[in-house]
Amino acid sequence: MKEGAAAKAEELGIKLQTYAGKQDGDADTQIAAIESCIASGAKGILLTPNDSSALVPIIETARQNGLLTIMLDTPLDPADAADATDNFKAGELIGQWAAAKMGDAAADARIALLNLNAQEITVDYMRNQGFLTGFGIDTKDPTDIGDEDDPRIVGNEVTNANEEGGRSGMESLLQINPDINLVYTINEPTAAGAYEALKAAGKEKDVIVVSIDGGCPGVANVKDGVIAATSMQFPLLMAAKGIEAIKAYAETGAKPETSPGLDFFDTGVELVTDEPMEGLPSIDSAQGLEKCWG
Amino acid sequence: MEKTLATPFADHDPPSEEEDVQFAVFTEERQGLLTRVQHFLPVFPTAVPLIVLILSLAGFGLFAGKGFFSAYNMSLIVQQVSIIGVLAAAQSLIILTAGIDLSVAATMVLCSAVAGQLSVKLGLSLIIGLPLSFAAGAGIGWLNGFLITRVKLPAFIATLGTWNIFYALNLYLSGAQSIRGSDIDTAAPILKFFGRSVSLFGTQITYGSFLLVIVFGILWYALNKTAWGRHVYAVGDDKEAAELAGIPTDRVLMSVYVVAGLICALAGWSAIGRIGAVSPTSFYEGNLQSITAAVIGGISLFGGRGSILGPLLGALIVGVFQSGLRIGGVDVLWQFFAIGWLIIFAVAIDQWIRKFSA
Repeated sequence: MKEGAAAKAEELGIKLQTYAGKQDGDADTQIAAIESCIASGAKGILLTPNDSSALVPIIETARQNGLLTIMLDTPLDPADAADATDNFKAGELIGQWAAAKMGDAAADARIALLNLNAQEITVDYMRNQGFLTGFGIDTKDPTDIGDEDDPRIVGNEVTNANEEGGRSGMESLLQINPDINLVYTINEPTAAGAYEALKAAGKEKDVIVVSIDGGCPGVANVKDGVIAATSMQFPLLMAAKGIEAIKAYAETGAKPETSPGLDFFDTGVELVTDEPMEGLPSIDSAQGLEKCWG
Repeated sequence: MEKTLATPFADHDPPSEEEDVQFAVFTEERQGLLTRVQHFLPVFPTAVPLIVLILSLAGFGLFAGKGFFSAYNMSLIVQQVSIIGVLAAAQSLIILTAGIDLSVAATMVLCSAVAGQLSVKLGLSLIIGLPLSFAAGAGIGWLNGFLITRVKLPAFIATLGTWNIFYALNLYLSGAQSIRGSDIDTAAPILKFFGRSVSLFGTQITYGSFLLVIVFGILWYALNKTAWGRHVYAVGDDKEAAELAGIPTDRVLMSVYVVAGLICALAGWSAIGRIGAVSPTSFYEGNLQSITAAVIGGISLFGGRGSILGPLLGALIVGVFQSGLRIGGVDVLWQFFAIGWLIIFAVAIDQWIRKFSA
């Protein structure tokens, strides 16, 4: 995402300062970074909010100081605008794909869910609940992971969205039920780790792994058959849009527009799979490799 | 004087003699039990973690039910702790010198990134990639040792600094992107060496699990059977006294940090096999997990006390807790809760024993 912003900023002659939290869910570092931006007289902020509710007060402060606040990836209420992706939709797509792929067998699916972490931040529950909805499972509270009682769900594990967590989480769920045949993963590194666990158990051929992100290593894993389908998002586009909006705001005071029917500008999501299902538009991994990020 | 003192005793003795004898026998029995505990535990300093391990295995066997005690799951637990366990070996070595190393996990990840980037991304021969990752590990250890012995920084501060530095270098080197397993398979399959496994009686034992045992075996030998090992304990127990006894304390410390760096590089190699990729984001909390394993294993944070085999048991205890709670379907937040109490419980028992054996 930083790369997308940096490229656009250079093109438009905008000075860009970037900050990063250390981990997903690290709101504290983000608050400090926004304070620095306000102090340095920035015109606007692009932020991927880590912990939505914790960041509300500082974003209001930034707005009061005349900064244009644009959220990337996840919309957040008090901000001026968001160039975001619909994470729920991204989850829904792979859920629908998995249901179509399994056909009648979907009625006796054994599902493993590999999520982010114990904090259950916005992106985490949006993707998880989107997947379950797409697959046709009643999610109960759509902001709560794990309150479902559908017997097809074997269990939820947290992975910190990396390979190590994906492998350990998958190993544990296989111990609970060795007949798991569908695995949802929060992102592609997690999927790669889960695949290693399946391979060690000799089950990699019988299990469908689906994921979200659209990073280049992930799309390459779709090509290799490690991941059956992934929802590609466009973080570079989100960042570039955000930079353009801040430039426009600094020059004319115009605020960015939103997509029709949504309270944010949707940068879209595309399903990447080499096994297209009827009624679900998708691109194959070769096309995906041209659009992937990172 | 003697006579007047002796007389009352003589007067009272006969009626109370029987009671006295019985009472004495009773106390002797109680003291005997305590004395045995006192003598047993310092001789076998790994007894506490061993007992905790057995109790937690039994407890989770009952709690998590079917599947937990299978040979496969037991070998899986060893696999799951194989990386943190090796890191705990490096950590414990340093804690024995009354130091601490917050940078172990960052060192490990950086070393695996060096090996991966050089041999997979740049396509250099493995003859360059792997040795350079070990050189990086040794160099990092040397830097930590230099900051501590020459610049005289406390180990906590020095490694708090290097932790951040190595984490940043790791993200820079890797571009925050994983190197995929299939790319490793084509360019440098030896990087996944420790992920290979043998199956015995329903278990699945990875080479990384063997590595875990071998690392602890070698360290046990070095610490207990060599002069260097005695020096490590002496420096940790009382650096000034060790200095006065003629031990080159700074050189011993330096060697400990370099050895720890090399062990971290080895852990980095093993980690590639375990997770099947070179991942810049994995093991972010590995430093704290390695300290957890060390203290549960009875290594004193004040240095100079504890058996190196303790942290191996400590890592296994944490692994048993995590596996048991996960298989039992317990929400992840209660896993943190349980591990927190485990740390407090294990160290409290250790302190209690130390009070009696002192």
